Amino acid sequence: MCLIETFDLTKQFGELVAVDNVSLRVGAGEVLALLGPNGAGKTTTIRMLASILRPTHGRALIKGFDTVEDPIEVRRSIGFLTEHHGLYTRMRSQEYLEFFGKTHNLAASTIEQRSNDLLDRYGLSDARDLRLGQFSKGMRQKLALVRALLHDPAVLLLDEPTSAMDPASAHLVRESIRNLRSSKRAIVVCTHNLYEAEELADSIAIIRKGQIIAHDTPTMLKRRLLGEPVMELRIVDRLDGVLKYLPSELEPIEMGENWLRYRASDPDRVNPSVLHAMTQAGVQVITLSEVERSLEDVYLQVVGGNVGSEGEL
Amino acid sequence: MIVAIDKTLGTLNGTMIVARREIRDHLRDWRILTPIIILTLFFPMLMNFTAQQAMDFVTRYGAPIIGERLVPFLLMIVGFFPISISLVIALESFAGERERLSLEPLLATPLTDGQLYLGKMIASLVPPLSAAYLGIFVYLVGLILKTGWRPEPQLLFQILALTTVQAIVMVSGAVVISSQTTSVRAANLLASFIIVPVAELIILESMVMFWGRYHVLWWIVLVLVLIALALSRMGLRLFNREELLGNEFDTIDLRWALRKFIVTFTGGATTLIEWYRDLFTRSLPLIKVAALLTFGLFYLAYSVGYRSAGTFTLPAEFVDIEQYGKGLESQFRYFGLFTGQTWRWIVFNNVRALALATLLGAFTLGVLAEILLMVPIGIIGYFAGNVALAGGDKIKFLTALVLPHAVLEIPMAVLSCATILRLGLAVLSVPKGESLSEGWIKALGEWARIGLGLVLPLLLAAAAIEVFITPRVAMSLLGG
Repeated sequence: MCLIETFDLTKQFGELVAVDNVSLRVGAGEVLALLGPNGAGKTTTIRMLASILRPTHGRALIKGFDTVEDPIEVRRSIGFLTEHHGLYTRMRSQEYLEFFGKTHNLAASTIEQRSNDLLDRYGLSDARDLRLGQFSKGMRQKLALVRALLHDPAVLLLDEPTSAMDPASAHLVRESIRNLRSSKRAIVVCTHNLYEAEELADSIAIIRKGQIIAHDTPTMLKRRLLGEPVMELRIVDRLDGVLKYLPSELEPIEMGENWLRYRASDPDRVNPSVLHAMTQAGVQVITLSEVERSLEDVYLQVVGGNVGSEGEL
Repeated sequence: MIVAIDKTLGTLNGTMIVARREIRDHLRDWRILTPIIILTLFFPMLMNFTAQQAMDFVTRYGAPIIGERLVPFLLMIVGFFPISISLVIALESFAGERERLSLEPLLATPLTDGQLYLGKMIASLVPPLSAAYLGIFVYLVGLILKTGWRPEPQLLFQILALTTVQAIVMVSGAVVISSQTTSVRAANLLASFIIVPVAELIILESMVMFWGRYHVLWWIVLVLVLIALALSRMGLRLFNREELLGNEFDTIDLRWALRKFIVTFTGGATTLIEWYRDLFTRSLPLIKVAALLTFGLFYLAYSVGYRSAGTFTLPAEFVDIEQYGKGLESQFRYFGLFTGQTWRWIVFNNVRALALATLLGAFTLGVLAEILLMVPIGIIGYFAGNVALAGGDKIKFLTALVLPHAVLEIPMAVLSCATILRLGLAVLSVPKGESLSEGWIKALGEWARIGLGLVLPLLLAAAAIEVFITPRVAMSLLGG
């Protein structure tokens, strides 16, 4: 079931086109990362999904509700973690959550039960008596996440969820987001943290100057934008004289004293034949493994401007 | 019916959720609490002391009336001081949340614009108003115990009503400002648009109270209620989730404004015929209601002028139109009629009057423009009334001296007044989704369009008739 759909979503501020014809679909159980540099249009997109901004052109549906026609239903269906936590610093956590729970028409008992559960889960129970102004940055962000989850929304929009967090808190929040994955929920995470995007998302949409320029799974993005997987063969002896035993279709792209790298369009087929050839030739193999290629390489290539619309190189 | 009640209760519930949270938050802020406590408890006591001293002093010199007037005046002041805090709270309502970055989570809740807006308004009103009522109570108890003075129930009710509506006016104006600015600093700078008129209002109320014409206070209450309603409506119309998060408020984009104006003014027409067709089919229907209202007001002005002739009657010989015939032409020539110079002077005078009406009307919701243009109509009515009272033929008087150019001048006045009224009211009826500036510039574009396309040609022609044709009609009907 598709919970988030956008059709040519466009937002213009005066002359500036902040979001340009963005079309996305996020189904239940999916996590989409919107990845892009500052000012790329991530927050504007997510604000349109939250029905805070009106699209200049195109439309967006959340759980089937139009963000312009049914803004109230849309906002009922979403949990929105804003880029800035925006807590009311003179309040305490329980009354803060009570306020937001009431805006979602939750019963007092439900608010109490859910806020207790969530505060426990995020390690904030001990801070109940503190005013929110006394919270650390990490605690504030976690409470903002609790606020977004309080009404158990079907759609979760997370704008830079781990920004300004120390590594331990960021890890905890990422773990929590991973646990939020449910068959009934769609999650959109806006981030410029590549590790976070790769860790959390089923698919990544890279956005630049308001346009989605690449959208796929992390694996496929790497393959499409960085080419076929690169394999590295490392042997005990020197390479001299070994090359002739390799399968004929295999073309080394890089070589060292006792190692070589090659592209494998179909590693499942090519690698066994390489190993077989080495064994037959009596060459002792240390390792045969895929060379790690980071999402950062993909990102830099895409955001650096080498990619056109929808990942065309 | 049940659905409507359910909806209203739902709206009220959301409003109160916002209001309760805000009030709780205000009452935790010592910067708000301290002045409220001081103005509620200590200030009324000080006023008690002042009232007593003043009464003793003026009584000693045989002028007890000053004391009698001072005591109710201080009652009003005791109520007013705490509500001045409502201005500070209201100015901070949206701009402050924006600055603290807590606005976006609030905007992402399922609360409606109306619930957010009214919730903020109520939250800004309740603490200062409660303080004001308490302050009035403390002041009264002190007075009753020390001097035995008790206010007339009507006066007390008037003071309570004044205090309440003043607070509502200030808060509704301040919330409008707060929702149209991006920082508390900017909101404070714009607060003079509220502080100055309210200060003048307090001076007026003081004069009324020292004058002892307490019934006038009811009229002030009524006007303030109307202003509060207009401001609240304006605030609700202008409230725009989107703009609250944008930065557009702070920048003056003259190019954008000029472009909007030109688009409205030209209406996309490429030829003069197209432009006039659009003017008649699109622009004129926009001012239909305003034109009808203006026409009604002009009729009212004429009637009031006509009737006032009975009260302020001119000597019969002044309005004996049968006497006009003698030397009429020489009088017309003495006043420069039949000359191009006089035509130019009339055109200039009428353009100046319309410019002044536009300027005044644009900032007074069109009210002063209507009043300004009603005055000459009222004067004509007054003279017609006097002619009738003197036994003359008022139809003949109007036909001879007014009707020839009025055939064009009255439609011209109705059109111009209606466009100014629409321009003035543009701030109250901005189409949803448009900003205040956008709505106003569009109304200005329509004003310029109708002004240039219809009002100016009518004005030129009416002045020509007034200089060259009306005198001849007058001479032929009245002799001379």
